[in-house]
Amino acid sequence: MTPLDRIRDQVTNNTVVLYMKGTPQFPQCGFSSRAAQVLQACGVKDFLAVSVLADPEIFENLKYYANWPTFPQLYVKGELIGGSDIMIEMYQKGEIQKLLEEAQAA
Amino acid sequence: MSTPDLIRQRLAALEPETYTLEDESAQHRGHAGAASGGGHFRLTLVSHKFRNLSTLARHRLVYEAMGELMQREIHALSITALTPEEL
Repeated sequence: MTPLDRIRDQVTNNTVVLYMKGTPQFPQCGFSSRAAQVLQACGVKDFLAVSVLADPEIFENLKYYANWPTFPQLYVKGELIGGSDIMIEMYQKGEIQKLLEEAQAA
Repeated sequence: MSTPDLIRQRLAALEPETYTLEDESAQHRGHAGAASGGGHFRLTLVSHKFRNLSTLARHRLVYEAMGELMQREIHALSITALTPEEL
């Protein structure tokens, strides 16, 4: 399986996927830390967190998957939602709470 | 040309009315991600080109304008992208 196939598998088989540096418990970057905090603040307990630092193949190839050059990246139901700036902005507007709630209910 | 100059040059394509770039690289010196030498920047752009676009689409426009700068010169970029009406 190519790295892009692996990413496609991950984002289609898991409702919420966060690609980040480090883990939600031990984030290795401020942006990744804030992204994980947004998910936690939204009460999302069941999400797949992929540490790109622990997986060089994904680290190298994720930018090509949705043509997005930075980490972290949040996917909901297979679709790129954005990075940490977008997650925080959507959180402040109450949009991401709704999106995540609906995705998990489906 | 310095990285901030390169960024400004690239983003001229978005015809920004307001352009602020803060170089926060010094705050990140020494952490693992900074080892590659790429800088940390905080960008605020106001442009009519963001009208009727989602935040995701606005960030995409910025990334596209930056091109390969995102791969080398820039390690982290925090983006605030507004339309003139949103100011």
